[in-house]
Amino acid sequence: MSTKGNNSDVLLEVKNISLSFGGVNALTDISFDVIQGEIRAIIGPNGAGKSSMLNVINGFYHPQQGEVWMNGAKRKALKPHQIARQGIARTFQNIALFKGMSTLDNLMTGRVTLMRSNMLWQALWKGPAEKEEIQHRERVEHIIDFLEIQSIRKTPVGRLPYGLQKRVELGRALAMEPKLLLLDEPMAGMNIEEKEDMCRFVIDVNEEFGTTITLIEHDMGVVMDISDRVVVLDYGRKLADGVPDEVRSNQDVIDAYLGVPH
Amino acid sequence: MAYKISSFEDKTTNESMVDKSELDTFPKLLRHNATRLPDRPAMREKEYGIWQSWSWRDYYEQVSAFANGLASRGFKRGDKVMLVGQNRPRLYWAMSATQSLGGIPIPTYADSVADEMRYVIEHAEARIVVAEDQEQVDKMLEVREHCPNIDLIIYDDNRGLRDYDPNLVISFEKIQEEGRVFVINNPDYLQQNIDQGKGSDTAVILYTSGTTGKPKGVVLTHSNLVSNAKACAEFEGLNENDSVVAYLPMAWVVDYFISYAQAHVCGYCVCCPESPDTLVHDKIEIGPTYHFTSPRVLESQRTDIMIRMEDAGAVKRKMFSFFLGVAECVGIDIAEGREVSFKNRILFRIGKILVYEPLKNVLGYSRTRLTYTAGEAIGPDMFNFFRAIGIHLKQVYGQTEASPFVTLQPNNQVRPDTVGVPITDVEVKLSEQGEVLYRGPGVFQEYFKNPEATSSAKTEEGWVHTGDAGFFDNEGHLKIIDRTKDVGKLNDGSMFAPKYVENKLKFFSQILEAVTFGHDKDYVTAFINIDHGAVGDWAERRGLTYASYQELAAHPEVYKLIENCIVQVNQDLSNDELLASSQIRRFLILHKELDPDDGEITRTRKVRRSTITERYGVLIDALYEGKPSCHIDTEVTFEDGRKGTISADLEIRDCEMFIPMAKAS
Repeated sequence: MSTKGNNSDVLLEVKNISLSFGGVNALTDISFDVIQGEIRAIIGPNGAGKSSMLNVINGFYHPQQGEVWMNGAKRKALKPHQIARQGIARTFQNIALFKGMSTLDNLMTGRVTLMRSNMLWQALWKGPAEKEEIQHRERVEHIIDFLEIQSIRKTPVGRLPYGLQKRVELGRALAMEPKLLLLDEPMAGMNIEEKEDMCRFVIDVNEEFGTTITLIEHDMGVVMDISDRVVVLDYGRKLADGVPDEVRSNQDVIDAYLGVPH
Repeated sequence: MAYKISSFEDKTTNESMVDKSELDTFPKLLRHNATRLPDRPAMREKEYGIWQSWSWRDYYEQVSAFANGLASRGFKRGDKVMLVGQNRPRLYWAMSATQSLGGIPIPTYADSVADEMRYVIEHAEARIVVAEDQEQVDKMLEVREHCPNIDLIIYDDNRGLRDYDPNLVISFEKIQEEGRVFVINNPDYLQQNIDQGKGSDTAVILYTSGTTGKPKGVVLTHSNLVSNAKACAEFEGLNENDSVVAYLPMAWVVDYFISYAQAHVCGYCVCCPESPDTLVHDKIEIGPTYHFTSPRVLESQRTDIMIRMEDAGAVKRKMFSFFLGVAECVGIDIAEGREVSFKNRILFRIGKILVYEPLKNVLGYSRTRLTYTAGEAIGPDMFNFFRAIGIHLKQVYGQTEASPFVTLQPNNQVRPDTVGVPITDVEVKLSEQGEVLYRGPGVFQEYFKNPEATSSAKTEEGWVHTGDAGFFDNEGHLKIIDRTKDVGKLNDGSMFAPKYVENKLKFFSQILEAVTFGHDKDYVTAFINIDHGAVGDWAERRGLTYASYQELAAHPEVYKLIENCIVQVNQDLSNDELLASSQIRRFLILHKELDPDDGEITRTRKVRRSTITERYGVLIDALYEGKPSCHIDTEVTFEDGRKGTISADLEIRDCEMFIPMAKAS
């Protein structure tokens, strides 16, 4: 798996990121990179700063220090929707779907950043808007097929079980056709079967669509199985970075997870 | 072999009025359809949320490309191709392509585990497998470790199959591409192969899931299937305007017959649902005109309707129950074309608009003009419910060995308890033991590589033993009562068919299980298991108090309730010349549910008679000794595996019996 890409294909690089809220240092001097086409995991105990890191990457937080490089260019401070247009999509730890809308409509919202026709055409539902919507719908149908959610196409998302909602959220992120997909605990709260399904989808997304994935996950078995490289955070600092086997045998990581006598 | 020209072929153009006897194989029928009905839809599949369709011309093109692709890889006549997956157009095409080259397709159950498939592959010596998706391919690769005779696995859905060995695992499209190249240099290869096919060639081997022992491969020829398909289509008036939804397992003869054989013969459209989960919706969208279902599905549909109506508003609920009453009263008469009073005719019309049609639409029956049910006995209540609201439900009888139908019910002579009359050219007779035997053009050739089983099932004269006991009623309709081996005799010599009587009892929702005794006895007796849910509900509405299942089962009111059911069954049986003496004289209600953990019934809920006779011998004796009650201690196994004993004093009641109608008159 580690043969994917090489160092010249760095998709995203974070350099010396420090983020603090008032007196609390959420992230301190974090640097790592994400290579094109890999599955990159961010792990760490509770409060380690994993979600903050994702929020920095997708532009929700602006770090006090450090730089984010995307495609070899330094990124300016942008708003999340502008970053979304750059090809970064994400899912959330607590599902953030439109509960009253159907699965299909939720997925269609993922296409909004890609729609080009103006509001007038869209309101009239004629000409370019109609044509465009059909194209987008086709793309969305491919994703529905891919995630095997045909049977809930027209079901309001609020009525779906948790595992399926997670899958719909992944679908919406995929609908954006992202270059980089950020998954915040995609398997949290799932049973073993749902986790296995989700793992399969994450791997399939990576392999079939060639999407680069950065994910946060607590289930070590899952992380070690599916990721190409792992970065470990603890109290806002980077503890380790490398392929799963290296990380697994790193003494600092073991200490952070199991605790050490002070 | 020459066949009568069916009515639907009258519409064909002169150009296609070639000698029908030439159309004796499916590939020839397909080629014929491609010229006869080039633009009629032959197949639809819902994909990406839209129904995609292929005309007969497209169907033929797809099949040809795939067949040529197989040919380019050295496919020989007689090679076997195994098909694994749900109903997908490409699997049907693969079946057709195999037959075009003189090969034999072997469809298997998609949900079989690798071990079961291994047996079939080894037994059938399949060399090529066409699998639906990654799941099935993985299964095949697992099988291949033990039986290396598989040298090509072709898949339909490429999802997740990137990193597989490209020499072994190949996509359907790739084979078709190869075929389109092959045809440039060998333009006549396929045509010659199709022409070479004969009606007497093997069309398919269908492995039956035997309840005992290893599955047997039933060998059916093109003639077997074409003749049966034609006879049935003629009988029911099926034509190219019909449509079906292909959802039954492909390995089951009924799917092969309806979604393939009859589709080829009639030229109608076969629709594949998007996924098994979306079947209900897809069926509503398609509105098939011809449909096959089972009593179990009908039962759950009816329950579903009833439950949903309970939750509906008061107006709707009232309307529903009123018009259902109307349908119950006159629906069957209207369906059978009998005289009905003017008032009722008007009411039925209104009901049709307000209730029946919307209901049929929700069930996916809005365009259905023919629905078959088979597999197990169907309650007259349920049968009539669906018939009354205008669903043209019919029973059929058949088996794989008959490819597949033996009897059908003529319009206007549909009965809930018979399976109809033998179809054209099929003869049915009864052996001295009352076993049903049949003979006709559909009779299978043999069990593949199993001459022993073949000779015990098929006589020299071509009669096939069904293992079912039955008789013809006075209308000439066949009535199936039980498996022959279970049919016994009372001491007075009259026939006793336990399952027939038990089924009649089980049609009552209050009765979960029934076990009847009578073989070598003077009269018939029964053990009854009440349905805890239904009877509990009934008791609650009546304010009867009870603490446990045992107490409920022994309640005098419950006894009265069950006695009423039995009296109805007795009355029903008394109308039956042959089975009038099978009326139940004495019964008791068991104090515990028959449980697979105690070995009393199988996991598939079939009663184990021997175990029951052993465990409840005391009770059986008491039933025949005329005692009013009996004490019993029963050992039970709890769910955690511990054992315990429950004891009870069971009341035994006598039932009213009726003088047989035949004797009375």
